[in-house]
Amino acid sequence: MLAHVITAARTLIWRDLLLALRRRSDIATALLFFIIVSSLFPLGVGAEPNLLRAIAPGVIWVAALLSSMLSLGRLFAGDYADGTLEQLMLGAAPLGVVVAAKSFAHWVVSGLPLVLMAPVIALQYDVAAPLYGVLALSLLLGTPVLSIIGAIGAALTLGLRGGGVLLSLLVLPLYVPVLILGAGAVDMAAAGLSPAGQLELLAAMLIVAAAFAPWAAAAALRISAE
Amino acid sequence: MTTHSIKWFWFASPHTFYPLAGTIARVSAALAAIFAAAGLYVAFFVAPTDAQQGEVYRIIFIHVPAAWMSMFIYVVMAFWSALGFAMHTRLSAMMARALAPTGALFTFIALWTGSLWGKPTWGTWWVWDARLTSELILLFLYFGFMALQAAIDDRRRADRAGALLAIVGVVNIPIIYYSVQWWNTLHQGASVSFTKAPSMAATMLTGMLLMALAFWMYSIAVALTRLRCEIAEVP
Repeated sequence: MLAHVITAARTLIWRDLLLALRRRSDIATALLFFIIVSSLFPLGVGAEPNLLRAIAPGVIWVAALLSSMLSLGRLFAGDYADGTLEQLMLGAAPLGVVVAAKSFAHWVVSGLPLVLMAPVIALQYDVAAPLYGVLALSLLLGTPVLSIIGAIGAALTLGLRGGGVLLSLLVLPLYVPVLILGAGAVDMAAAGLSPAGQLELLAAMLIVAAAFAPWAAAAALRISAE
Repeated sequence: MTTHSIKWFWFASPHTFYPLAGTIARVSAALAAIFAAAGLYVAFFVAPTDAQQGEVYRIIFIHVPAAWMSMFIYVVMAFWSALGFAMHTRLSAMMARALAPTGALFTFIALWTGSLWGKPTWGTWWVWDARLTSELILLFLYFGFMALQAAIDDRRRADRAGALLAIVGVVNIPIIYYSVQWWNTLHQGASVSFTKAPSMAATMLTGMLLMALAFWMYSIAVALTRLRCEIAEVP
């Protein structure tokens, strides 16, 4: 039984990644959004290096939050439109596992590029080089949480008119702890302190979210697609 | 002879609860008026002037009960949501739907009066204090709940989706609260402390409790009236 579930999850992840690969512009758009938003802040607040260094972790994290949220709409919409989602719901694999697999694929497509791109943005903000690792690590631990929690919102707003704006209203308040811990870790490291506390809490949130949120999202999918 | 048990489930039907809701709403409204009159009397004429803050502290009689209610109503809303989610009772979902605007109202009042209180005492309308920030996020959660319900035309789906969101929200509230508190101490230290002077006059506490009771009764009256409208709307 377990082997079947793992196979189903692997197949689904592979399929979603393949679909994303066939529509590369979608990945590029979210990443470009991240870069553009981060580039707007210096234009708005001024290019004073000390100020930029101070706001860098927060700006990068908020941009990551928004960018990850923007692509949430696609998480289930395509499968819902062509009927695949119904088949997945009828399938033998538990729906929670299906959601977890799709969230993971979503993260690989929308979260992982941000992790890789963040040090480049940090460079623009004149962030000290030793902090790149902490920033990337905080994003590596935090962005999966965004994808998993976001899946609940995406499932709840599936097929609704104005779903995108509504999704942001539902999901952004729930993202607050991730933002605080993620940006906080970089701030701690910048202040010369150990960011271990924040990173460990982020890891804890990832574990708890990965364990529970897919089932909540699965329940939401059943409500939305019944 | 006859074991006289209360028929709880008898009132789980919207149809049978409708008249009872009306009675409870009327009684609660009357009680709310009485408690509010007594509470405001204590607040303005009995409670002493604060040694440090002068007369301005009297907004506490609105502010603190509103903040209490704002959090309490969300928990009650989540309770009805969970019950409706588990037992498929239509009335529970209607209850959650009826409570949300009142909860949002109290959250807004708590923020507003807090800001009115903050200006003369701290010299600023807003500080990023942990409690203020989490209250603001609570307001967003209420708005999210109401917006989701408003966006879904199908009644059944709206109820169940809203219920799930309320449950997810109530699980997240402690996490949000502690993370915000931590963020606050990390960023600015204890610049503003909300803890009041240790010796609070007994009359102040009485006034606050009376106002809390008044708000409580008001919430019941308004929510049940709204519930009656919900019931009347559904065929």
